[in-house]
Amino acid sequence: MTATYLRFELLRTFRNGRFSIFSLIFPLVLYFVIAGPNKGETDFEGIGLSAPLYYMIGLASFGAMMATLSCGARIAGERSVGWNRQLRITPLSARAYLGAKVLTAYVMALLSIVLLYASGFVLGVRIPAGDWLQMTLLILLGLVPFAALGIVIGHLMTVDSIGPVMGGVTSLLALLGGTWFPITSGFMYDLARCLPSYWLVQASHVGVGGDGWGARGWIVIAVWAVVLSLLAARVYRRDTARV
Amino acid sequence: MSTPTSTTAGPAGVELTGLVKSWRSATGPVHAVRGVDVSIARGETVALLGPNGAGKSTTIDMLLGLAAPDAGTVSVFGMSPTEAIDAGAVGAMLQTGALVRDLTVRELVTMMASLFPAPMVVDDVLELAGIEEIAAQRTNRLSGGQTQRVRAAVALVSDPDLLVLDEPTVAMDVEGRHAFWTTMRAFAARGKTIVFATHYLEEADAYADRAVLMARGRIVADGPTTEIKAMVGARTIRATLPDVDLAALGALPGVVTADRHGDAVILSCSDSDAAIRALLDGHSDVRDVEISGAGLEQAFLQLTGGEEDGWGDDPRAEGARREESIR
Repeated sequence: MTATYLRFELLRTFRNGRFSIFSLIFPLVLYFVIAGPNKGETDFEGIGLSAPLYYMIGLASFGAMMATLSCGARIAGERSVGWNRQLRITPLSARAYLGAKVLTAYVMALLSIVLLYASGFVLGVRIPAGDWLQMTLLILLGLVPFAALGIVIGHLMTVDSIGPVMGGVTSLLALLGGTWFPITSGFMYDLARCLPSYWLVQASHVGVGGDGWGARGWIVIAVWAVVLSLLAARVYRRDTARV
Repeated sequence: MSTPTSTTAGPAGVELTGLVKSWRSATGPVHAVRGVDVSIARGETVALLGPNGAGKSTTIDMLLGLAAPDAGTVSVFGMSPTEAIDAGAVGAMLQTGALVRDLTVRELVTMMASLFPAPMVVDDVLELAGIEEIAAQRTNRLSGGQTQRVRAAVALVSDPDLLVLDEPTVAMDVEGRHAFWTTMRAFAARGKTIVFATHYLEEADAYADRAVLMARGRIVADGPTTEIKAMVGARTIRATLPDVDLAALGALPGVVTADRHGDAVILSCSDSDAAIRALLDGHSDVRDVEISGAGLEQAFLQLTGGEEDGWGDDPRAEGARREESIR
C-alpha cells in the first residue's frame, strides 16, 4: 500500500517544474560557472584539492541540501490546502507519511549528487570508485539533519513564508558550510565547524584520501540529527493536535 | 443494514455522547460545542443543520478524530474514530481543502485507494462521482465544481460504511449540487451511513432522513426532516400598523406570534398566505408590508431564545412551539 503512495509522491515531485529547476539545474549551472574557469587549479586555495573537485562536492552538497529541505515546502503546500487533514482520515500512519516525504527528498538529493558527479567528471575529476562511494555515503548521512529541518520548517511556516525562509536558511548554511569558498580560519571557521552544512562539504576530503569526518564531524551531525528529529516529531504532533 | 461491501460488522452505529469542545482565542475561550449527544443508526442519512458558527464543523472534527473532545466520547461502529479510520470504515469530505497538484485525477484517486484495506475499484469510483471525462486531467487544472467532485471521489474511494460531508456543496452551482446528491443517494442506497453538515434547509429536507439542528454549540432539535422543516420554515410578515391590538393580530389565521417594535408589527407565521389575506382584509391602514422567509439563522435565534425576536421571552416549551408551527 505504501509503495503505490510513494510512487505517486515521487511522480508529483518530478512533475513539479519549479522544484526541479532549483534543486537540480541551478547547482549544475553554478558549478560550470564557478569551477569551469578554474578547471586547471590542482591546489585550490592551498587546501590540496582541485577546484573542480572542491566545487563538485560543494555544489552537490548544496543541491542535495536544497532537495532535502524542500520536503518542508511540500509539507507546507499540503497543509495549506488541507491535504494533511485529508490524509489523517486514511490509515496512512505518521511514520509512513513522513517516511515517504524523506525518502522522496533523498531520491531528489541523490539525483542532484549524481548530476554534479557527472559534471565533475566532465571537468576532469578522477578519483577511485571507493572514494566516490564513501563520499556519497557521507553526504547522505550528513543530510539527515536537513531532512528533519525540512519537516520542522514545513510545519511551522505557511506556503507564502516558506520560500524566503528556505532561501535564507540554505544560503546562510551554504555560505557558512564553505560551498562558495573554503573556510579555514577565524570565527567563521569555529562557527562553521558546528554546522551540518560544513561537514557535508567536508565529505570532499575523501576525494584526496582523507577520513572525511573526524570525531567532531560525526558528533556535530549526530547532535543536529537528534535535536532536529525530536523537534520534527514535536511540531508534527502539535500540528496533529490542532485543527 | 450492512452490505456485502461492509468493512465493519455488528449493529452499532455512530454515537456522540456529551461532546464538549472549547478553543482558546485572542478574545477569550470559544465554546464551540457545549454538550452534543447524537445517536445515528447504520444506514441512516442525517443532516447536521445550523448557521455558521453553530459548532457543526467542530462536531465533525471530533467525529473524525481530527480534534479531541474536552469531554464526551465518540463511537463509530463500536470503535474509536482512529480505529474506524484504520479499518477503512470512514470517508470524509472536509469543509475546506483542495487537491494536491501534479497528478491526474485518476492518479490521485489511485493513490488514495492504495492507502485503504478494501477500496473500491478506481474506475467504479470515477463513474460513481461522475468524473470519468476528467480522469486524465491534472488536479490543478480543474474548475471549482470539478474539484469538489474529485474530492467526493476521494471520500468515497475507501468504500466507507460511514461517509461524512462537511458543507460539501457550498462551492457548487445548482447543476453541480444536483449531480453531487445523485451520487450520494446512489451511495446511501448501498446501506451506507451518511452524516452531512449544511446550512441549507432545502438540502437537509431533500436528502436526509433526519435533521439535527445545531445552534451555538448545542442541539436545539432532532427529528425527521419534515418536522424540522415545518419548525424553521416559517415566514415573517412585517408591516407598519400603529395602535393595533396585538392579541387580535396573534389570533389571525396562520399567525403564530405577534410582536410590536414601535409602529411596526412583526408576525411570525406558519401560513403567511392566510395571514396576509386576513391582515389586509381586517386592517385597511396597514402599510409597508414585507414578507420574508425566516432564514435559518433567524429561526435558530428563535429556537434558542435570541433576544432580537418576539419569541425571546416566550415561556412556552420548544415542543409546544413546534406543534404550533406545524399546525
